[in-house]
Amino acid sequence: MSSAQERIGVYVCHCGSNIAATVDVEAVSEWAGEELADRGVVIARNDKFMCSSSGQEVVEKDIAELGLTRVVVAACSPHMHEKTFRGACARAGLNPYLCELVSIREQVSWVHTDREAATAKAKAVIAGGVLRVAEQVPLEPLRVPIHPATLVVGGGIAGISAALEIADAGFAVHLVERQPSIGGHMAQFDKTFPTLDCAACILTPRMVEAGMHKNITLHTWSEVTDVKGYVGNFTVTIKERARYINAELCTGCGICQEKCPIRVQDNVFEAGLGFRKVAYLPFPQAVPKYPVIDGPNCTYFEKGTCKACEKFCPTDAIDFTQVDKDVVVEVGNIVLATGFELFDARRIEQYGYGRLPNVFTSLEFERMSNAAGPTNGRIVLRDGVTEPKTVGIVHCVGSRDRNYNAYCSAICCMQSLKFAHLVGEHTDATIYNFYIDIRAGGKAYDEFYQRVLEEGTIFVRGRVAEVTDTLRLPAEAADEGRLMIQVEDTLAGKQRRIPVDMVVLSAGLEPPADAKETARLFGISCSSDGWVIERHPKLDPVATMTDGVFAAGCALGPRDIPASVSNGAAAAARILGRIQQKEMALEPVRASVDEARCSGCRICNDLCPYNAIIFHADRMVTEVNPALCQGCGTCIPACPAGAISGTGFSDAQILSQIEGLLMVSASGQLREVVPA
Amino acid sequence: MTRFLYYPGCSMDASARAYADSLEAIGGPLGLELDEIEDWNCCGATEYQGISPTRAYALVSRNLALAEKQKNGSRTVVAPCSACYLNLAKTEHYLREDKGLAAKINTALEAGGLHYTPGSIEVRHLLDVVFFDIGIETIHGLVTRPLGGLKVAPYLGCLVTRPDYDHRWRSNEHPREFDRLLRTLGAEVVDFPLRTDCCGGHMTQISPATGFELIRRLIHAADQAGAEMLVTLCPMCQMNIDAYQAEMNRYFKTSYHMPILFFTQLIGLAFGFPPEKLGIGTEIVSARQALAKIGIAVPVTEAQEPVGAGAAGPPRRPRAKRTGLPMPAMPGEDGEAPR
Repeated sequence: MSSAQERIGVYVCHCGSNIAATVDVEAVSEWAGEELADRGVVIARNDKFMCSSSGQEVVEKDIAELGLTRVVVAACSPHMHEKTFRGACARAGLNPYLCELVSIREQVSWVHTDREAATAKAKAVIAGGVLRVAEQVPLEPLRVPIHPATLVVGGGIAGISAALEIADAGFAVHLVERQPSIGGHMAQFDKTFPTLDCAACILTPRMVEAGMHKNITLHTWSEVTDVKGYVGNFTVTIKERARYINAELCTGCGICQEKCPIRVQDNVFEAGLGFRKVAYLPFPQAVPKYPVIDGPNCTYFEKGTCKACEKFCPTDAIDFTQVDKDVVVEVGNIVLATGFELFDARRIEQYGYGRLPNVFTSLEFERMSNAAGPTNGRIVLRDGVTEPKTVGIVHCVGSRDRNYNAYCSAICCMQSLKFAHLVGEHTDATIYNFYIDIRAGGKAYDEFYQRVLEEGTIFVRGRVAEVTDTLRLPAEAADEGRLMIQVEDTLAGKQRRIPVDMVVLSAGLEPPADAKETARLFGISCSSDGWVIERHPKLDPVATMTDGVFAAGCALGPRDIPASVSNGAAAAARILGRIQQKEMALEPVRASVDEARCSGCRICNDLCPYNAIIFHADRMVTEVNPALCQGCGTCIPACPAGAISGTGFSDAQILSQIEGLLMVSASGQLREVVPA
Repeated sequence: MTRFLYYPGCSMDASARAYADSLEAIGGPLGLELDEIEDWNCCGATEYQGISPTRAYALVSRNLALAEKQKNGSRTVVAPCSACYLNLAKTEHYLREDKGLAAKINTALEAGGLHYTPGSIEVRHLLDVVFFDIGIETIHGLVTRPLGGLKVAPYLGCLVTRPDYDHRWRSNEHPREFDRLLRTLGAEVVDFPLRTDCCGGHMTQISPATGFELIRRLIHAADQAGAEMLVTLCPMCQMNIDAYQAEMNRYFKTSYHMPILFFTQLIGLAFGFPPEKLGIGTEIVSARQALAKIGIAVPVTEAQEPVGAGAAGPPRRPRAKRTGLPMPAMPGEDGEAPR
């Protein structure tokens, strides 16, 4: 056995009291020094904080003075400090991959309460680490070049922010947007909380900048259909849908839109509250300025007639022969800013949305209050003329509700406060807010809440039970024709029925319906809710588990405009750093295939979550692309021929680690392990 | 053949005779074989649990114990009455959740030489079994006399979908399964937002003013929606709306005429049974007028009041004309909401 020749140092950390409170750290290190000496341990020490400079220096000194050839650090999870101790080893001239981190905090002290048993378990996992490290081999990181261009998916405020940061630094960006124009949800809003500045006024300059930027290529009315490659070297296929407008010739004059005879309900930009033509630009400030012709609704595509737009276009820019086309681009990094969709309020039938005309969703209200919207900014009932005398705004619709989404949608409180302010600004109506808790935790947010309180909005604390037009007698006889909100006022401790003319449902945020397909396409993971999972929720909030794929804005979960903009900038900063390095080092923990043993059965081919496995049909063998492989190990046990092995996870390493674990009994005593 | 244990409850023999008759008529074609639990006793109705829960559970558990003894290849007890269903289901649920309660109840049952093993019996409502086990495809195949656009308000009452222990219904507040069943029979289902509201239970005995308002509200909403009758699945709901409608009209000085039938009666009509065989004609507020419109003649019986001529309650409020802002697109015919 190789351990006979290795000289191993074991370092056990107290982590203040994080580990020491549950594990007898001193006893463990003493035990390792004595009992594991015949396994190669030449020194075992413990320290209050191994990760401190002095702790690291001890390791470095021991390597130099005692000639250590392997290091085991029993401390926190490798996610936290593996890099620290590998660095210490490297500084002392030891290959960093000969250092093994054993987690006795996350997997021992934090999850147990019985000190004796936890101490025994710590000994066992350390024994596993000692036996494993002896089998480790020196490794060198892989180096890959970074393509300087970046793909940004989603042209909302998060995507625009990321794209501009990167483009301003001098690098190319491909910005892909599904809709005819960039701008996202923010373009639909009238005012933004808490400053009440006009959403369009602050957004459109950024849109124009993105549209005109020499480093940004816009792909609107487009979708990403294929992603191949790996960090630094992605090949992306973008499907640009036919606009039936020749962008070279179009001046954006709008005559086609004016002359188009077909009007359809606009369920995207106007949130269903208004109409658009079939040849349309979603809103006047759209970027790019070219309209699109909505093929499925167009009379020409249906019946072969009409062509009104073509007849009147002054520059002959209408082109009905256009077809969808695939554009292939090379990029080094990707930012996903795919945003959110509004919770479908029809699902909560007791709120009557879709059934009771004067129940509106938050997005409908945004459009209604927008001066450029279907009512020119007038707050009116569904009949289009009557101003409401009482308005009820309902919070947490589809959020904080285990029947729909358990999470808080983060923006609804502030949005509802904004609505209350806007209703008050446009009408003389009495305004109610029905809330569970007011969450106004941003800069100047609570001040805005105080302001809305002072403006006279009535706040009722309780989840609305029902919105109904069926009234009770005799008390409600006078409210015939109005809506009744039934709510438990939890502060007054009683049921209330409040008559209103208009109800606005602050519907929650949900991931786009195709979020799971998007995740699959880009090889990243989503939570069960469908939001993108970040590499670390606190310390790495815009990276994903897949190298080279970042996320920003509501793709990560509900958040407001400032947070989305910060995310976009953060993702850009991460990417710019890499582009400037021109190449990056990858962890050498990779799977590899022994071609001589591979039978070409292809069982492993579909298992790889990172699309790293390529099959060579000519030679009938499978190969793992080391740049794409993330070292997850899924393919290794699946191979019936045992042809795949993982660097850093060889059979010898895993089996000796198991042997080490089994060497220690539940009472912490060494025992004989007889191999099966 | 779909075989179940059957707990009829007391009303099937008395006020809900029509429910029992119509169920018997359609049981054959539906392939529904119901084995009545021998020597069953009262479910405790709505009051007992409010007075002495443990004793009420013991009372209900006797039925569960008898059912367990009588298992006939099916471990499912079907109850046609919503109150019976809920009492049985709730007791079964609590016995499973609370071992202490189960032990106490079994001590009581031992006095009668009985024992109940929590979890051994499943309790379901008749509608649940008809919709989910027999299914609307089978029912559709048996319809020989579609109800030709009879306008009905689907009224489930408050107890069948709440609490929905087994998560059977799509929604607890606005379930749509009943609508789909009625539509299968050829009826036109109106938008009836009070489908799971309370009928008042025994309120007419305790606080008549409260009881009458609860009844009025249901009838008014059905009338506003343009319904010609309510369709229910609960003897208590049927009795409140049928037997107290005249008194309610006197109390509010209205003249509603809103018949209420059991869903089994409508199934029977759609299957081609003659109305007499389904207990139609025994209701107090006659459904004759409504059924005549779809070409079904019902013989006159003494129990019924003369058919009120002319208007019912206040004039119907015109439905909002959709001339202003567009409404959101609504889910398809079968009422399945997206996602």
